[in-house]
Amino acid sequence: MLLIRLILKNAFRHRLRALLTILGVAVALTAFGLLRTVLDAWNSGVAASSASRLVTRNAISMTQSLPYAYKMRIRQVTGVETVAAGSWFGGIYIDEKHFFANLVVEAEDFFKLYPEIAAPPEQARAFIQDRKGALVGVQLAERFHWKLGDTITLRGTIYPGQWPMTIRAIYRAARPGFDETTLYFHWTYLDEALKKTMPQRAGQVGFFMIGIDDPSRAAAISKDIDALFINSQAETLTETEKAFQLGFVAMSSAILLALEIVSYVVILIILAVAANTMAMAARERAGEFAVLKTLGFGGGTLSLMLLGESMILSMSGAILGVAALTPITTLFARTLTQYFPVFDVSRETMLLGLGFGALVGVLAALVPAWRVRTLGIAAAFRRIG
Amino acid sequence: MAVPFAYSWRNLWTRRLTTALTAGGMALVVFVFTATLMLGEGLRQTLVATGSPDNAIVLRKGSETEVQSGVARDAASAITTRPEIATTADGRPLAAREAVVLLALTKKSTGKVSNVVVRGTEDASLPLRPQIRLVAGRLPRRGTFEVMVGENVAKGFAGAALGQALRFAKRDWPVVGVFSAGNTGFSSEIWGDVDQLLPAFGRRGFSVVIAGLRHPSDLAAFKNAVENDPRYEAEVWRETKYYEKQSEMMRKFLTVLGVALTAIFSLGAMIGAMITMYAAVASRVPEIGALRAMGFPRSGILLAFLLESLLLGGLGGLAGVGLAALLGFVTFSTINFQTFSELAFRFALTPGIILASLIFSLAMGVIGGFLPAVRAARMAIVDALRQG
Repeated sequence: MLLIRLILKNAFRHRLRALLTILGVAVALTAFGLLRTVLDAWNSGVAASSASRLVTRNAISMTQSLPYAYKMRIRQVTGVETVAAGSWFGGIYIDEKHFFANLVVEAEDFFKLYPEIAAPPEQARAFIQDRKGALVGVQLAERFHWKLGDTITLRGTIYPGQWPMTIRAIYRAARPGFDETTLYFHWTYLDEALKKTMPQRAGQVGFFMIGIDDPSRAAAISKDIDALFINSQAETLTETEKAFQLGFVAMSSAILLALEIVSYVVILIILAVAANTMAMAARERAGEFAVLKTLGFGGGTLSLMLLGESMILSMSGAILGVAALTPITTLFARTLTQYFPVFDVSRETMLLGLGFGALVGVLAALVPAWRVRTLGIAAAFRRIG
Repeated sequence: MAVPFAYSWRNLWTRRLTTALTAGGMALVVFVFTATLMLGEGLRQTLVATGSPDNAIVLRKGSETEVQSGVARDAASAITTRPEIATTADGRPLAAREAVVLLALTKKSTGKVSNVVVRGTEDASLPLRPQIRLVAGRLPRRGTFEVMVGENVAKGFAGAALGQALRFAKRDWPVVGVFSAGNTGFSSEIWGDVDQLLPAFGRRGFSVVIAGLRHPSDLAAFKNAVENDPRYEAEVWRETKYYEKQSEMMRKFLTVLGVALTAIFSLGAMIGAMITMYAAVASRVPEIGALRAMGFPRSGILLAFLLESLLLGGLGGLAGVGLAALLGFVTFSTINFQTFSELAFRFALTPGIILASLIFSLAMGVIGGFLPAVRAARMAIVDALRQG
């Protein structure tokens, strides 16, 4: 008991230095948590995707289209339950700075495929019935202060022209982690307009989303679908939604790797700060430790005391840092919505933060504790300063 | 009277471990700071160098990138006859109607798929980009399915080396040449014959028209003529401007991230410097008293300690920049969010970035050392001497 009081007293004997160290550890672990959260946000599409849905796209790349007529043939494949066609619309609202994802889909089948998209039934019906209606995520609606019945206009980049539409439904995610910042509207609206203005581009879709009856057969069904169109003008590539999303993430893998490295660099930075504090503590108190040793305290006990001090400092910092993480990410999320639809601190990140706090505490005390342990009493008394 | 410089320097040397730890922490911060600046600069250099001020690019109105753009066949042909366009030696207009399509290829480093630009080209495409030169093999013959690939593609993607063949659109496309376009976006592209690629991708129209102007100042006239003609529904950009726009989103992302990270990290490092300098002051109280008794003024003491922490920052800065300079050998290859296609670029170190990084590290030192130095300077002589 006495020993614990002694450790506490010693940890805060240089009040300013202790506070600075704690603050340093806190700042660094907040930064670490923020980085992990950015990485999680990047992977959120993968985490939210389902293994029981497939995506079929053109084998050349995402930007090549597929004939809508493929839908009928895909539906005949054994194991396929629902097929919804869709395209990336890539429209711009006001200007490029107001970016959000917008897609055209076949509304009815789309709702069947995505139980995650929860809109009140009467709104969903209103959306399905209005050919120029739009379905928007609740976060997106909040961002632009949209209400039901508002008319908005997207400027097409892939499909030229102005595209007015009315907001008929606002959805929430029925499962945490699912994107709430997307705008969906009707593929038929797009296609009928194209038939008039650019008939050669009508009847085309970007991808098919496919619901299957048995997730364990995903690979076999994918193969069956692709076999249908082999050696046709538009060969297909079918994969699970998860693999599809992973593909997107993998394209930025270099950035992700850099972020990951940087997130460990910050731990190193703070380790340097904490180790410095502990080294100074041990050096300044050499004489004191010699007194304790003379009184009969063992080297091991003294090292443990130093370790305890180090742990108190770094864990206080870690707890402070992790506590500050949630408010700071909320602030961050507001400025970064256009990049990351989902931006939440995971439990894992918090635990990892605390874990690294403890690790820093141990590592910082390692060298000083060893020095104290092997400290020669006479030599320490002889030393001045 | 100033305290000799050696005093500050030798104090750092005496407490080597602490100095190394503090400067090391700062070095890591400066490293991150410099690296993000280098990355942003490398991206900008690559995309700006990709365009040429003599070239104009014609896109469909409202389309942001080449991939999204589409120019109808007759419109594209009509645009190439504009008088502002220069002529080649054999009297034909220096303009190319090109098709730009993304092709999913497997990256060697990750085994995952990424998008590569396939550019359908005409005869004029090469003279329009003088930075491109063949480094291996030969140019693809017109009217065949032969393609040549940029060196970053040949290096980074599976099945794209010289002598191999790419398989897409029901057909093999033999790679007969590898070209280098220096530090530009073209090094991450695949070039083939537009007349073979268009039908293979099931397209009728071209994506863009690239026009070599007689004189860079002819852009305004060309732009006016093309944009005001209702048949074309096109927009015209100077090529340099167009490519600079392509880097905006990515650069903004890198900048926001870089600034946010270094701001937070530098807080940590400044706290480290402060701890070190406070300890330096605390352990030298009698010494400071002695210096004052010898006649050194308060300002001299303040300066000596500030100099010490400035040195600390400078050491960290040099180490950090040195570490970051090693990144110059690394090529960074990732997807450009805006064009959705793979782009390889280097970490570019410029004198401006070195200067900014060093100033940043010195500032960290000064800010971290200021309060401790003030404390040292404000000490009363008698109290300080008595503490010994």
